[in-house]
Parts: sequence; structure tokens; C-alpha cells
Amino acid sequence: MQQQQKMVNLKINGISVTVPEGTTILQAARKAHIEIPTLCFLKDVSCVGSCRMCVVEATGARGLVAACVYPVAEGMEVRTNTDKCRRSRKLTLELILSKHKKKCLSCERNHNCELQKLSLGYSVDEDRFKGEDFVLPIDNSTPYVVRDNDKCINCMRCVAACNKQSVNAIGSIGRGFHVHIGSAFDRPLSESPCVGCGQCIVACPVGALSERSTVDEVWEALSDPTKMVVFFTAPSIRATLGEAFDMPVGTNVEGKMVSAIRRLGSDAVFNMDVTADLTIMEEASELINRIKTGKPLPMFTSCCPGWVKFVEQTYPEMIPHLSTCKSPQQMFGALLKSYWCEKNGIDPANLYVVSIIPCTAKKYECKREEMKGDVDAALTTRELARMIKTAGIKFTELPDEEFDNPFAVATGGGAIFGATGGVMEAALRAAAHMLDGSFDVLDFFSARGTNPLKEASYLVAGHAIKVAVASGLANARKIVEQVKSGEKQYDFIEIMACPGGCVNGGGQPTLSDSVRNSTELKEARAKALYTADATNTLRRSSDSPVMGVIYDDYFGFPNSSKAHKLLHTAYKADKKI
Amino acid sequence: MDMLNYKQAASRGNYRVKIMTEKKSCFHGTAAQEAELSAVIEESKHIPGCLVHVLQRAQAIYGYLPIEVQTLIAEGLGVSLSEVYGVATFYSQFSLTPKGKHRISVCLGTACYVKGSDKILDAVEKELGIKCGECTEDGMFSIDSCRCVGACGLAPVMMIDDEVYGKLRPEKVKAIIDQYREAKDDDQRA
Amino acid sequence: MTIKELDAIRAAKKDLIAVRRLVKEEGEKLAQKTGYRKQVLVCGGTGCTSSHSMKVIERLESVLAELGLDDVLVVKTGCFGLCSLGPIMIVYPEGAFYAQMTPDHAETVVRKHLVKGGEIVKELLYSGTVTDSGDIIPFAETPFYKKQMRIALRNCGVIAPEDIEEAIAAGDYAALEKVLTQMTPDDVISEMLASGLRGRGGAGLPTGRKWSFAKASKGDVKYVCCNADEGDPGAFMDRSVLEGDPHCVLEAMAIAGYAIGSNYGYIYVRAEYPVAVKRLEIAISQAREYGLLGKDILGTGFDFDIEIRLGAGAFVCGEETALMTSIEGHRGEPRPRPPFPAVKGLFGKPTILNNVETWANVNPIILNGAAWFSSIGTESSSGTKVFALGGKITNVGLVEVPMGTTLREIVEEIGGGIPGGKKFKAAQTGGPSGGCIPASCIDTPIDYYSLIAIGSMMGSGGMIILDEDSCMVDIAKFYLEFTADESCGKCTPCRIGTKRLLQLLTKITDGKGEPEDLDKIEELANHMKQSSLCALGQSAPNPVLSTMRYFRDEYEAHIVRKECEAKVCKALLSYYIDPDKCRGCTLCARNCPVKAISGSVKQPHVIDRTKCVKCGLCESNCKFGAIERR
Repeated sequence: MQQQQKMVNLKINGISVTVPEGTTILQAARKAHIEIPTLCFLKDVSCVGSCRMCVVEATGARGLVAACVYPVAEGMEVRTNTDKCRRSRKLTLELILSKHKKKCLSCERNHNCELQKLSLGYSVDEDRFKGEDFVLPIDNSTPYVVRDNDKCINCMRCVAACNKQSVNAIGSIGRGFHVHIGSAFDRPLSESPCVGCGQCIVACPVGALSERSTVDEVWEALSDPTKMVVFFTAPSIRATLGEAFDMPVGTNVEGKMVSAIRRLGSDAVFNMDVTADLTIMEEASELINRIKTGKPLPMFTSCCPGWVKFVEQTYPEMIPHLSTCKSPQQMFGALLKSYWCEKNGIDPANLYVVSIIPCTAKKYECKREEMKGDVDAALTTRELARMIKTAGIKFTELPDEEFDNPFAVATGGGAIFGATGGVMEAALRAAAHMLDGSFDVLDFFSARGTNPLKEASYLVAGHAIKVAVASGLANARKIVEQVKSGEKQYDFIEIMACPGGCVNGGGQPTLSDSVRNSTELKEARAKALYTADATNTLRRSSDSPVMGVIYDDYFGFPNSSKAHKLLHTAYKADKKI
Repeated sequence: MDMLNYKQAASRGNYRVKIMTEKKSCFHGTAAQEAELSAVIEESKHIPGCLVHVLQRAQAIYGYLPIEVQTLIAEGLGVSLSEVYGVATFYSQFSLTPKGKHRISVCLGTACYVKGSDKILDAVEKELGIKCGECTEDGMFSIDSCRCVGACGLAPVMMIDDEVYGKLRPEKVKAIIDQYREAKDDDQRA
Repeated sequence: MTIKELDAIRAAKKDLIAVRRLVKEEGEKLAQKTGYRKQVLVCGGTGCTSSHSMKVIERLESVLAELGLDDVLVVKTGCFGLCSLGPIMIVYPEGAFYAQMTPDHAETVVRKHLVKGGEIVKELLYSGTVTDSGDIIPFAETPFYKKQMRIALRNCGVIAPEDIEEAIAAGDYAALEKVLTQMTPDDVISEMLASGLRGRGGAGLPTGRKWSFAKASKGDVKYVCCNADEGDPGAFMDRSVLEGDPHCVLEAMAIAGYAIGSNYGYIYVRAEYPVAVKRLEIAISQAREYGLLGKDILGTGFDFDIEIRLGAGAFVCGEETALMTSIEGHRGEPRPRPPFPAVKGLFGKPTILNNVETWANVNPIILNGAAWFSSIGTESSSGTKVFALGGKITNVGLVEVPMGTTLREIVEEIGGGIPGGKKFKAAQTGGPSGGCIPASCIDTPIDYYSLIAIGSMMGSGGMIILDEDSCMVDIAKFYLEFTADESCGKCTPCRIGTKRLLQLLTKITDGKGEPEDLDKIEELANHMKQSSLCALGQSAPNPVLSTMRYFRDEYEAHIVRKECEAKVCKALLSYYIDPDKCRGCTLCARNCPVKAISGSVKQPHVIDRTKCVKCGLCESNCKFGAIERR
């Protein structure tokens, strides 16, 4: 029986609202179309009431209360914009600014910084409480993230994001004024269990965390006449790049994206959905092979480098369960520098490959020793947007253009790689068909949706295939533990390190808090991909004509020895705590 | 140096500087110590919220909490090292650096402060030639400040190991420390 | 254990304890009944232990053994209160109060007093118990004890805290027995509500209300917690209770467990209190052994057990939510309220938390009734309050007075005034969260409301007396240094605010203050009060605000005239040698660390103020008082 939720009536700035019991003032205010400024609050990630920006006056409370954590009560009267509130917020900002490295002009978050935005609104005097500060070194020990603690405002959103991932690479250190965020013993992040998912970066309201940018190297390659520069874009970029140009969340900008990259001066723009299809061909074959030969099951997907790093560091004993397939990014790099170069008579040394990815871990992936050189630079969605802006390209006014051949056409199965459950669904489409040619179900609805833990069972050609899908490393950990303990048995498990999959990756545009706190980001972005899938005439990776060409031309068949050499990889244990 | 500066040095902020300068580990844990710690972890594991307790026991075993010890604890309790470190740097009882054979702790609680305990700390620092929070080169003495040992009736007080010295005056400090120095000399002769 | 057995223990040792509460004739009669002609009580509290009372006990026992005096009982007790005169030793039935004992003194007392037909050794007695004409007065009649009323401390200094049977004989566990056999949980809560007892730890919330909220909260598991993380530097009320009568806390927690429906308790105690921790451990294991903790207590079917958790040195863990986070094994950062602990506390379960002194009041309330308790003290604040009296006061120690006693009575009568003929300047109450009470308010009755009205607070009971040698700006700075150091760093106003406030104060004591700094201080202080997450940040500015309220002229003198009247702030003073007083002994010159003092033997010396670093060593070394601070 469903329990009747108790409703509470209150007034916010004189406006009556009725909300369920347990609602916070912040949530209730949104119902009254009132926005209360926040810093440490981030929907779905962090709610600790520590920054004190969202202070409001509420009847029945002593002093000011933090709207983000204070529950409403019947008959309560809340005032969000009194002198007292404004004065307090202003002082809080002035205190934060008194120990903030104010290098705003060169800051990557200039004009996209929550602190800057609020400071302007409350007309603060940034030097009024100037005083002693302590300087911490910038941590750029990893190829994917830069931590500038002197810009940190201790909102703890990054720590919450990291804990939510169950990685716990960073935390609060010390006490009082000297509290700062860092990994254990203040060691560089590269020595911590960080997997590079970048969730901390997108959680950061200021410029304390940013990706390690390689934009300058790409510019250099673009202006080098001896270099041939090609770009390829990951499935989810089309669904998110528009946000960086103030387009509505969930707008599919594939055509504009291609034409913008072309205008940056690239020699070709390819579609990474193609290697997503290729991954499916290889992975589905590997799965069938494992099922048939009794090799370690369940098999885990390996297209997410954050997840792969997590396994190597936390569960090295599970390495045999990881699919040996490279990720679509690395397959693409390998394909370009071998097959494509051979075919077009290009010296691989002169080919500069740039991937546009939603992810910071992919920056690390392309630098892994065993795959180094296949992809020369991996840029996040944010970095691409910055390049487009720097080049003076009016993105929203661009015509729609198409990807370059021969890597233009891909299936819907490739497109949905960018959302949690997408790899699973694409693999099922292909694997089921490989096992049973008459199996033609295309929509595996139970794999869809942003629910972080999904499971299903399919009967294909006499095999009952049990699958599971997890997004977010905390859920991955849960599944691994269940598998290890024998509590759950699966054949195939898709894991994405980021909650919701790549659409919510650590390299995606950082939207303002006011948008993030009121939008279901993951859902809206994923929808763009599923729409692209539904409208594609090609749904199953094995139906892609490009696959036919690649296999006929080069690899022969999935999991062939040539395919193994170029499209598969191996992992090594690297236990970190 | 004035009072404020060295009290800040004694505060929780400064441990960081120490780590940065002491990159190389000088950890000399024994197998017996490790076995003792493992036993503590084993018996505490099931107690909810045992991390603080385990750190306290570990510090009693090793005298301080270097990365090697904290790593054992993190592994043993199945928590992340960053969490262990976060807790270890939060509470002032925990030390990340080795302490002297004799630990001098000057009370800077209110009752002692109004009776001039800052001057006692001054005198101890001057006598040993080190600052609060540091350890002498020979490893004999380390100085810390504390907030109230509860012997307010004897203010100002300091503690050396478990011994409380009350009703102090700066000029009494040298003689007290000398007792420990002589004990050391006696040890060496013996 | 059955109720009958409990009663038997109580009856067996009742007289023994009673001797220590009576004096002279009655006591002597009773003493003969007990089989012990004399009882020697030696304080084993931290204060007296620090001044080596254990050595006194050792000598007592060895000399008694040597003389074969087996009808003399030596008891190691908790604190008697008058810590500055430790080690203290009281001989019953006479009630002879010996102070500042040494092992040699102890031997003298045995040989002259404790032997059969012996007499009190007058010259070793606490001088306050000997009149000018040489008569001995009972110590309870001395100014220090006369105005006190011991409820929470009723058994401290009376019983041997490591002996549960003495505790039982002194009345501990009688209230638990009554509650379990004669009262319903609701009865207990209404009794607590009616008593008007309020939390003695700082915030002063009515204890009964906390209990009734926790009782009303639904939950299969509930917790009872004792806050013994006495963090106020210069306060040791809770420590003394734990050292002197640990069982009264265990008993009270069990009573609360019965009232709210909890079977488990935690005591969070500072690791810096080793003696208290040890006695608690002994008390818990004895209570378990006697069936007063554990399963089926006194055969009533009620289960309750207690675990000790040691604090690891964080003042903020005295805040209730931070304390719970700490017990949960995390960084002791406070959580926003609501939800309140009574609804969602330790491990997410309904929890009540009271401090040690609050728990110590439960047994007398249950036994004597709410009406009795509320008749003590003032209308709004019933009962007594224990204060740790310290600083510039003659009788440093622990005092328990009825609410409503004036500050003057405490300072001038109980405390014996300011030593050295100095003038009372202010009393600081409430520690880092409290404020200063100036001389003009010395007649304020001490209760919850009056203290808040004058800008201070009851706090947990630290009371530091300041005289004219104390600089109020420096005192404010001292407390801010403390809170800045102890801020957990979670919320912005406290993390950065305490630091910036401290910097502004330092600027003033360094002689660099500007008039507008005072406005800035007030603005920042009020911001922290209003917007900080927990009580630590909200109350951290109190010492500054209250000193600014009453001693603004001192702040202004520092800023405008660059003067520190009390001659404390180094930047604003210089050292001089008075040529009339200087004998030219050269001691100062020899000890000056920077060689700033020159002069020939037997000639007045001079300080070179360009070299002087104002360390003050010359002043403390000078035997002729020739060094002056100007």
C-alpha cells in the first residue's frame, strides 16, 4: 500500500507553497520560483550545509538557517532576500575571497564560475578581510586533471563526488583554517587511487579543478604544415557540446559539431560511433567465445578507462573478467594509424589523431604505455568548445555538415554507447543475432534509463544470458562484490565509471548550478542519443556497411589474430589504497 | 618570535610543511609491532566506528602514525587511506612525526595562560633550542603545547611524559629538564 | 544481583560512609561501630595526584603497617575541591583537614595523630581551619566550603571511587533501583521535567525535554550518550565527578535508558583524562560484575550496557552532533540540525546526550523528588552548578553553589579574593564560548538567564578570575586563538572568520590597530554568531564581543594611544631597569638571550631597547624587583 505523503504549507517571501513533508527550504523555494544562492550544494552529489551561502530567515529558528538542509515546517514563514540574509552572504563571500587565489582573468572558469557570479551579485569588496593565507602546490601529476588548491573554497563537492564514486582518492585534511582537500599524506594524485573519472571537475564550482588541457598541442599540430590532423568525436559529444554555447540541454548538434571542427582546420572529421560498432563486433564475439569455451564469466565491458583503472587498482583479481577489447577511442587510433594510413599511403608519423571525448580518463588512457601514440591528443567536450570559441566560430549559426568517409556511417548501437546501458544493448543486439540469425529484437528496454543498477536475462539460441548494467563506480563496486561472493551470477556486465554513463562524463560542459540543480541532466542528454538511435535506419552494429568494409578489407573476422593485435589489449594489476 | 607565530606553528597547519621536507621515510617498524597492530585491527574490526580507537592504539604502539602504519590500518579496516589520513590530521592527539623519548607538553589552557604559561613555553624552547611541535636532534625531547591537563590548581603546569610539574616559573625549567638529561647520561654510563 | 543483595551491601557499609559525613562526637560513636577508629581520606584526583598524593598514601600505609595500626582505614578518594592546597588529606571522625601534604608530613600525622590517643597536628592543617586564637574549626565551616552545596559532587572526596560497594553505600544505584521497581518510564520523564534540571554542558536545554523527545522517537535501537569531552581549557568539573564518583554517571545513564527505551550507552571522554578513564573502566567492569549493568538488571528484565570511547583531542567534539560523528569514527565535524539527535543521532538512531554534571544530578532528583530539587536555586534555574574556579584567585579549585549565588560571593568569600592585593577586574565564564563579567556586574546572581543578559553564558562551568594584570584584548585574543585552532573547518564563517577575527585582534595587540578595525570586528563577530553551522562558530566571537562591550576603552587605548594598561601586549611595552632598585648583581645581563643588558658589577644596569626582544627573562630572574614594564 502506498503511503500518503504528508503535505506542509508555508510561505516563502509571502508566497504560499505546499510541499511534501521533509522538503528543504531550497527545494520549496524553487516551487515558488525563487532561487536561493548556493555554493556547497549540488543536486544528487552534495548536501552538507557548510558554505552558508544559502542562509535565510525562517520563523522558529535561531539565527539564519541554511536553506539547503533545513526542512520546512507547517506554517513556517521564510524570507530569502532580507538585508540580514544579503549582508551575511556578502560577508561569507568576502571571507571566501580573502583566501582565494584571484587569478580570474586566466582562470579556466572565468565567466563560468559560481563564486564570480555571486561576488558580482553581492558587490563584494574582495580585499576587505585580506590576511594570512597558505600556499599549496599545484598538482598536475596526472595526465588528466590539474588541482589548484589555492582556488579551492572548501565546498567539498569534489570530495562528495569522489566518495559517491566510492573511489575516495581525496578528502579533507587537517582542521580549521588549514583544512584543505587532498589525497592521503598530501601525495600527488597520481599516487592515489584516483581513476580519472573527472566527476570532481564537473562538481567544482570554481577553477580549483580542471582537466589537464592539451589544447595548445592541438593548435600546434593544426598549424604544422607537415602534419595531417584528423579528429573523431565520441558518441555523447553531439548531445552535450551545444550546452557550451547556451543551447538547451539535450540538443543534438552533430552537424554543427562536424562543421565547427572542420573550420578549426582539421583534415578529416570522423565519427567514433564507427569504432563503437567495431567494439561491439569484437566484444560480442568475445562474449560468445567465452560462453562457448567456458572462459571467465561474467565478462565486464572495458570501453570505460576509468572503470578499467578501477579494476586494476582495486580488484586486480578481476582482470581476467575484463573484456580484452580496447575502447572505441583506442580502436580508432589503432585503426587510423594502421589500416587507414596503409590504405591512403600516409606515413603514420605525420598523422596527428585527436579524439573528442566526454571524459578525462581517456586522456590517461591514450598515454598508457601499451597503446601510446595511437591517439595523439584527447580533448574533452569543454576543450573543444573553448577551441571553437577561440577560433571565433559562431557555433549556433553554423550549417550542419556530415562526417568524412570512410568513417562516417555508424549504427544506432554505436550512438547509444554514450549512455548507461547503451553498450549492453548494442552488444545484445549483435550477440543475439550472431548466436541466432533469426533473433531480431532491437530494443532492450530493460537496459535503458539512468537507474544506476539494472539487470535482465535473455533467452538467446538456447542460452539464458544474464546481464547487468551499472553506472557510477560505487555501483560497480557493489556488483563486483556480489559477483565475487557468488551472491549474483551474470554472463555479461556493462560498467560505466560515471553515473549515467558518458553523457555525464567528467569532460562534459560545466553548467551553472542554477541549471544543474533544476535539471535532470543525465536523462535529457541520454534522450538525444536514444532519439538518434531510434531514427537511424541501421540499429545493429553488425549491419553497418563500414563494418563490412573493415572486416573484408583488413581484419577478416572478429577476434581474428590481426584484430587481436590491433583491437585488443591487456591489463596489469596496480593495487592502490 | 612572538607568541602567535609559534602557537601557529604548533597548530594543525604546520604538519604539512614537515611532510614536504621529510620525503624520505625513516620508518623502522618491527614485526612485533605489526603483529600487535594486526591483533588490534582484528579485535576492533567489528566495532562500529572503530577507526579513531584503532589509530589511538596504533599510536601507542608506534609512537606516531606514519604512512606505513596508516596504510596497514586502511587495509585492515577496509577504508580508504585518505579517510584514515583525514581523521589522523583532524585530531590533535595524533602525530605524523616521531616524538622525543621524553615528551614535554606545556599547558596553554586558560588557567595556566593567565598565570604566564606562555613564558614557560618560551623557556622550554630556549632551553632545548627547538620550537613547539619539534623534536631535538638527538631524539631526547619533543615539545608540544596542550589545552588543560586538568591540574589547574597547580597552574602553570607542564607535563614531561606522565609526570606533571606544577606551579612553575620560567627559571625552574632548566633544572627540571636537566634531571632528564642526567638520567640519560647515567644510562650511557651504565 | 537481586535487590536484596544490593540492600545488604548498602547496609553493610552505610556507617563507614556516614562517618565521613558527620563530625566529632556523633562520628566518633559511629566510627566505633564500624571497626575503624580512624579513616584517612587522601585525594586521588588529578590535581592532588599531580602534586604526588600517591606518595603520601604509600608512606601512610607503610608507617601504619609498621606501627600495626590496623584500625585505621586509608581511602583514596576523588577531589575535595581545594586543588591549590593539594595534596589534601582528611582524617575522620574529627574531620581534620590536612593540606599540602608531603610523605614526611604524612608520617608525622600517623605518629602524632593516628596513633591511639594521638592529637591533631595543628601546624599541618589547612590554615583556614585554624583560627587566629588557635582553635580548630570544622572545614565545612571555612569560607571555601560554607557557601557550597554539594549535590553533583555529593560523593566526591567522600567515597573510594574504585570500590563499587562504597558507591552503593553512599547511595549510588538506589535511584536506579527505585526507577526499575516503582516508576514507569513516563514517571521518570515527568520527574525530570518537573525538576527543571537543565543541561550543565553549555546550551542549558531542559534535560527532561530531551528525554521526552527521544522517548517519543520511534526506533528499535536508541542510544544514551555521556559527554565527558570537557574541552573548555581551565575547566575540570566533569573530570572530578568521573574521578570521584563514576558510578553516579553509569547509574543515571541506565535510568535514562529505561526512560527512553534504550539499552546501550556511550561515554565519550577525553583521552587527556587518564585517571578518569581508568576509574570509569573499573566502575563499568564492577557494575557488570555486580549485575548493575548488562542483562536483566536487578532481576527486572531491563538490559543496559555502556561502552567508553576516547576523544582524540578536538574541542568541537563537545558539540553534540560532532561528538556523535566522532563516535562513529569520523572527523568530528558537526552536522546541521534538524534533524535533532533525539530523532536521528548516533548511527542515525534516536539519541540523548547529556554531560557528566547533568548525569550527576539525576540520582538525587529521583531519590529526593523534583520538588526538592526545584526548591534549590532560582525559579528559572533550579539546582546547583559546579564551577572550576581558576586564574587570579586565592582558592583555586572546584566549587558547587546553588544557582543564584552571586559572583561576589564566589570570588570574595568562597574564592578567598584576589591574591597579592590586586584588584578584581573580570570573571570569564563559559570558556571560549562565554564572555567576561566585569567588576560592575559582580553582584549578578549566577543563573542561565542573568549570564546571557550580561553577555556571557553559564557554559560548562569554567570560571577564570582576572585581575588588573590581565589585558582584556589579550584575553579575547587568547580565546580566539583557541577557537581558531579548534574550528573544525567545515563552515565558512567559522573556518575563515575565526582566523580573520584573530588577525584583527593581533593587529591591535601589535599596536597596528586602526579605529575602523573595531567596526570590522563587530561586523565579523555578529556574522559568525548568526551564520555559523554549529555552536562552536556561533559562540566563538563571544569573548571578543563581551570584552568589547565592557572594556572598549582598553581596545581604544591599544588602538589610539598604543597603550596596554595591563602591560601584557609586548609590542606596546618596554622593559626598564629602575636604577634605585638595581643592585648590579648582573644576573639579568648574564641571562639576557640577546645581550641587551649592560652594566658593571654593583652598578645599576641598563637595557638597550633597540636590542631587547621583550622576552621577560630579566624580569623573572631579578631578585630585587628592579625590572619594570612600561
